Amino acid sequence: MKTQDNINRRAFLKVSALASGAFMIGVSYRSTAYGNHHEGEKTWEPNLYVRIDPDESITIVSKNPEGGQGIKTAMPMIVAECLEVDWNNVTVEQANLDDRYGRQVAGGSRGTPDGWDDLRIAGTGAMVMLRNAAAEKWGVSPNECSAANGAIHHKKSKRTLTYGKLTALATKQPVPDAKSLKLKSRPEEFKILGKRIPGVDNKKIFTGTLGYGCDTRLDGMVYAVFEKCPSFGGRVKSANTEQLKGFPGVVDAFVIDGTDDLKGLMPGVTIVAETWWEAQSARKQLQVDWETIQSDSTASYQRQAEALSKEPGKTLGSVGNVDKAFDKAHKVLEAQYYYPFVSHANMEPQNCTAFLHPSGKMELWAPTQNPKSGRGLISKTLGISEDRIHVNMTRLGGGFGRRLTSDFMVEAAWIASKLDRPVQLQWTREDDMKHDFYRPAAWHNLKAAIDKDGKMTAWENHFVTFGNNGRTTSGANLSPKHYPSGLTPNFRLRQSMIPLKVPTGPWRSPGHSAYCFAFQSFMDEIALAGGRDPLEFRLDLLKQRYGETDFNTERAAGTLKLATKNANWGRKMGPNQGQGLAFHFDHGAYVAFVAEVTAQPSGQFKVDQVYAAADAGPVLNRSGADNQVEGGFIDALSTSFLEISFTNGATDQSNFSNYNLLRMNQAPSISVDYVQSDYSPTGLGEPPIAPATPAVTNALFAASGKRVRSMPLGKEGLYI
Amino acid sequence: MSEIKLKINGEERAVDVSSDMPLLWALRDKLNMTGTKYSCGIGQCGACTVLVNGTPMRACITPAASIAGMDITTIEGLNSEGEHPVQQAWHKVDVPQCGYCQGGQILTAVSLIERNSNPTDADIDAAHSGNICRCGTYHRIRKAVKLAAALKRGDA
Ligand code: FES
Ligand code: FES
Repeated sequence: MKTQDNINRRAFLKVSALASGAFMIGVSYRSTAYGNHHEGEKTWEPNLYVRIDPDESITIVSKNPEGGQGIKTAMPMIVAECLEVDWNNVTVEQANLDDRYGRQVAGGSRGTPDGWDDLRIAGTGAMVMLRNAAAEKWGVSPNECSAANGAIHHKKSKRTLTYGKLTALATKQPVPDAKSLKLKSRPEEFKILGKRIPGVDNKKIFTGTLGYGCDTRLDGMVYAVFEKCPSFGGRVKSANTEQLKGFPGVVDAFVIDGTDDLKGLMPGVTIVAETWWEAQSARKQLQVDWETIQSDSTASYQRQAEALSKEPGKTLGSVGNVDKAFDKAHKVLEAQYYYPFVSHANMEPQNCTAFLHPSGKMELWAPTQNPKSGRGLISKTLGISEDRIHVNMTRLGGGFGRRLTSDFMVEAAWIASKLDRPVQLQWTREDDMKHDFYRPAAWHNLKAAIDKDGKMTAWENHFVTFGNNGRTTSGANLSPKHYPSGLTPNFRLRQSMIPLKVPTGPWRSPGHSAYCFAFQSFMDEIALAGGRDPLEFRLDLLKQRYGETDFNTERAAGTLKLATKNANWGRKMGPNQGQGLAFHFDHGAYVAFVAEVTAQPSGQFKVDQVYAAADAGPVLNRSGADNQVEGGFIDALSTSFLEISFTNGATDQSNFSNYNLLRMNQAPSISVDYVQSDYSPTGLGEPPIAPATPAVTNALFAASGKRVRSMPLGKEGLYI
Repeated sequence: MSEIKLKINGEERAVDVSSDMPLLWALRDKLNMTGTKYSCGIGQCGACTVLVNGTPMRACITPAASIAGMDITTIEGLNSEGEHPVQQAWHKVDVPQCGYCQGGQILTAVSLIERNSNPTDADIDAAHSGNICRCGTYHRIRKAVKLAAALKRGDA
């Protein structure tokens, strides 16, 4: 089975006994890629651990940031499963930034695949040592002993010893070789995994006691606001900071010269006060003379895109002979698809708390998806060595890729470096929306050829995107290896780039979450132009082979079949109703959606029901997995109504009044199903996003005959 | 600055505030009660929802001084053991993702089921459409509100 083949062969177990009598086990690596810890090294400390205390309490550390993706529940479930303990006795502890843990990032849906082997090794290894300890105590063979519910049982003699009673003896057992451990991998073997386990922090959320970044409260703490130039990159010529210092509650106000790095410390003015409201009130009287350095605008991007679309661009990948195929085609289809810039709009606006201790240590409390990169940026910008920077990782009020960039951390650290008290920098919603790292807009000039049987014989995409100095901007990548590459005899991807001076960045499933709308909509156009059913056409295409594909076509087909089966695809719909279909592969997982909509001639529509099918290997936490698929669909539907635009280098939108996220009354009901394949589990934070939008727009076409080729939907006269 | 008396979760608290300081910041920065969240500051999202005499209000646009003496319930004051029917239902359905909006959603639901012992989808949509959930937990909120109402009625 593939799960066994993939086990990380470099991992090894390490055990420690604590003074309290606790038994602690962790995983480390022989390779230096994960830090400089070698086997036998004296100062070794586990980079990930399970702690079993004599009072039977089990503590499992969660090393990655938690922002709603459910990692803090799902990863410890893996350990508990293999350790054979009762989930109710498990306490989960959030780790802070610590190099011993290796990768500590919430991004790329990588938490699950990275953790799968390590956590099983840690849990199983601990269980084996506890079993061996009991066997030694009883003078029986370990093979006669079994582990269940936090205890070792010897059936023959009906004896039982709980883990807490075995900790001391367990630490003295020989440490098993990671390779020799038999690891659980299939749903049939699971007792905890695959179940619906509610989030470990639920109670704290429901009682208002869970600390997000902005909830950090420290003795003597002051609050800061930070005003940057609305036009990206603008510098401060002068500001009335002296005047503001006299305002109620204001502790300090000063200009920060900043750097040229749009992802680093930008120039601006900070106001620090005893309460945030006082800082923000003073800010209303702030007058800054800005020196702007650019004047990017959406209108100018559009003009450039039109011109570039007529040029050949640069060919990034080509198979067969696309031009010849178009000449010989029975039918040629052409369409331009467009999607705008969008913002992350985390529910918790960016913030960070920092304190420069008198000792010179810089301590931060940060809702970050990427604490290590924040530490690096602070070190570089402030000239503090990394070992003097300590990052406490708080809960995040949403990530979606925004918090992979550490601008808010370096701002807080800089402000703290000028004060002798801890300071919390809290952005306003307006700051957050106007200083995001947006998902880049793009145009796709798509062209396809079909033969007289309705088979696709060529696919071409001229991708007009953004980039500087020959490189696409962050979050705008499209690989020539992506679907439908390898499935059509003639394939070409061309690319043109518009220079830009506004910052962009990864937005939940970067690239995929945007371009899939164009691809899966155009696939529908191709299917229908050839007189074929959109499902049958897609399944048929997955069977063709003209080269490598970057995904498993059978798994993709599996999700298509499951979603359409659950939706009863192709059944007769009522007046103004239609079904739409789309699927996608990214970040290791496969997701297909069928959306059912009712569309009124007025343009008003409703998503009545959604059927989702995902293949991410065995499902770890059914509740968390469903939540990601449901939330992913809603996020995509919400985003299809949204747009960020620019005038004079500044963002036009400012708050939920003009960037209005989807609301309760507009949200569909979603049913989620899984193909529980034999592959190792992968994350579901990102994959459900991409195919959601085209499932809706394809359904809109089926219901109304209106083909949506441009976002946001409101500009197409559609509303919900 | 002047001292006002706020009645929060049944307790009288004296706070020194300017006349325009919203309740949100009096709670968060003066009283260190951080369960009530800031997200938009303009009454658009409901993250800052508190109950004033049982009715949901937006703490970000309500001057603290204007509700002195009234009964204010924040998420911290609902039930610290998480045993209110709405909290129980929220756990059972496992509503949260990031959780940031959930305090506001929960208090909105508390007030809804006080008024309406058996809310329909339309009732729930109407009550909650002022509360944004960026993570998209709407579908679960609907389920949880119904379960909470049933728990409160004693038939779940
Ligand atoms: S923060 Fe008060 S409504 Fe959004
Ligand atoms: S759970 Fe994240 S905003 Fe609602």
